[in-house]
Amino acid sequence: MATGLHKSDFQNPVIRWVDARLPVFTMMQKEYGTFPTPRNFNYFWNFGALAMVNLVIMIATGIFLAMNYTAHTGMAFDSVERIMRDVNYGWLLRYAHANGASMFFIVVYIHIFRGLYYGSYKAPRELLWMIGVVIFLLMMATAFMGYVLPWGQMSFWGATVITNLFSAFPLVGESIVTWLWGGFSVDNPTLNRFFSLHYLMPFMIFGVVFLHVAALHITGSNNPLGIDPKGPQDTVPFHPYYTAKDSVGLVVYFIVFAALVFFFPNLLGHADNYIPANPLVTPPHIVPEWYFLPFYAILRAVPDKLGGVLLMFGSIAILFVLPWLDTSPVRSMRFRPLARPFFAVWCLCFIVLLYVGGKPPEEPFVTIARVATAYYFLYFLVILPLLGRLERPLPLPESIARPVLRGGGPLPAGAMSKPMEKA
Amino acid sequence: MPAFPSLRALVLGLGLMAGATPALAASESISLPDTRFSFDGLFGHFDRASAQRGFQVYKEVCSSCHSMHLLAYRNLRQLGLSEAEVAGIAATVQVMDGPNDEGQMVERPGRASDRFRSPFPNEQAARAANNGAYPPDLSVITKAREGGADYIHALLVGYEDPPAGMQIADGMHYNKYFAGHQIAMPQPISSDGQVEYHDGTRATVDQMVTDVTQFLTWAAEPELEERKAMGVKIILFLTILGGLAYAVKRKVWADVH
Repeated sequence: MATGLHKSDFQNPVIRWVDARLPVFTMMQKEYGTFPTPRNFNYFWNFGALAMVNLVIMIATGIFLAMNYTAHTGMAFDSVERIMRDVNYGWLLRYAHANGASMFFIVVYIHIFRGLYYGSYKAPRELLWMIGVVIFLLMMATAFMGYVLPWGQMSFWGATVITNLFSAFPLVGESIVTWLWGGFSVDNPTLNRFFSLHYLMPFMIFGVVFLHVAALHITGSNNPLGIDPKGPQDTVPFHPYYTAKDSVGLVVYFIVFAALVFFFPNLLGHADNYIPANPLVTPPHIVPEWYFLPFYAILRAVPDKLGGVLLMFGSIAILFVLPWLDTSPVRSMRFRPLARPFFAVWCLCFIVLLYVGGKPPEEPFVTIARVATAYYFLYFLVILPLLGRLERPLPLPESIARPVLRGGGPLPAGAMSKPMEKA
Repeated sequence: MPAFPSLRALVLGLGLMAGATPALAASESISLPDTRFSFDGLFGHFDRASAQRGFQVYKEVCSSCHSMHLLAYRNLRQLGLSEAEVAGIAATVQVMDGPNDEGQMVERPGRASDRFRSPFPNEQAARAANNGAYPPDLSVITKAREGGADYIHALLVGYEDPPAGMQIADGMHYNKYFAGHQIAMPQPISSDGQVEYHDGTRATVDQMVTDVTQFLTWAAEPELEERKAMGVKIILFLTILGGLAYAVKRKVWADVH
């Protein structure tokens, strides 16, 4: 073994030669092969992998769409329809990309829900969680700009409404909006920069996802019990156990995705976006894409524009400090009898906000949105900090292996990556 | 106990997805009659004879005001028209082409590769000829309206006398399915036999409306048949693959559980 070479365990001479110089195979084996993973994941732990697959699908379809798209106010709409009609399988690319965005948010919302319920944001995973929130923000920006590109009525008016939010800031607001637009209204320069950024940001997401995974592989995964693995009897190697389990979730995900793309491709879109953008005609209801509706509802719940904007941004910013707002040392809500109903109500509020966000701003929706918004913040700012002190959690299990192996039978040798070290 | 929180969580997750649907139907809701079309459902397909007749309705009625600039005459081949028939249809219009070698714009008969000729050169001309209203392009009209084909069908049969006491503005018409009930378009398909079908089908109002809706849906979603057929195959494939993946998962995990 020459000095300076990595000591590779691979037998295949070609792999061994590469691995000794660039140990990517060793790294993959360590991070995705033998990586010790809690043995008790339920199917909620599929959604991280699903989000990763979804990102790859979005980038792959997006690259081919960009080859056929024209970022010009006079041509964008027709170029999208040309993709649908004259590009080979262009309809498949576009519907997969448009519905892929919806699937991405469904997957990520469930992924975030998983993190909230099982306390995945708590020490030592605070930074992992915060990086996740950054990904979520980047996703929202990317999705928003992507929806502008077909240059339909909702593209144009959505872009106008959302960019105008920045005008709420005193003194600099108007200048920021002009700077965002590249002019004095949403126009060709806006479309051009949105296209450029829409192409750039997924790669930024990819970079931050890498950090997310890197941080995850330092702390290891949380699990439904929320207790740390105490030894190898509590873990299984990632492959083949979780590659097999993720594959099941992946196929189910693809079935839902395919149902949308092939049978209901426009269900989650808005009919108005098949009308070319017209700055002189405002649609009766300007509604963002469904995945923004909870935040749109929070924005409209506040009678003051600046207040609404701050509260809307605040509703996501608050997630950054969640690891310190939740004072309970117990991660999983399975063992938090009080937190569970409060969290269930929070989830209900989120769904209610999603619903009223798509309704016109009139009664009773305004009041409903205000109550739900109040609870959204109350949960994070008051309930979670207090619960940590007031709640008496249920007794935690001794180890992951114990409740899983109810019979307490002997562990088969294949279930562990390494021989048992401690009980 | 551990099963219950996950179950509740799953219900919440599903609610999250289901919650999206009612939020989308945000615009004014006038309930539409649900019309059955051949292209509905998982195995939907276009009724080619009906779509061909629908094209005839478009050509003889709608196209005097409405453009369909995203369609080319060659696309009609997909409805079962022969190359010669398509060339014949295209040749009936005059298309501005050029400039030629002398720098002059010239009019020539249309070709299969030409886009449908628009009735007006620009929006202003269209408005000037239509009492200030702009007849929308019909290329994607069934995708561009809530309710899709059902809405187009309903709109075309929705002309009635206005209810007592309702003032209809000058040049407007009452339509029970149009938002606000006042539409600038006069009833386009109003009497039996308005179009003389080449295939001998009796041209009742309802027949013409159904046919033109069929045609417009094809025009908006020419990929619909291919898409649905592919979807059936892919979902069948994924269902089998899912069964296999689950079997593999069970086998892999057999020694752990």
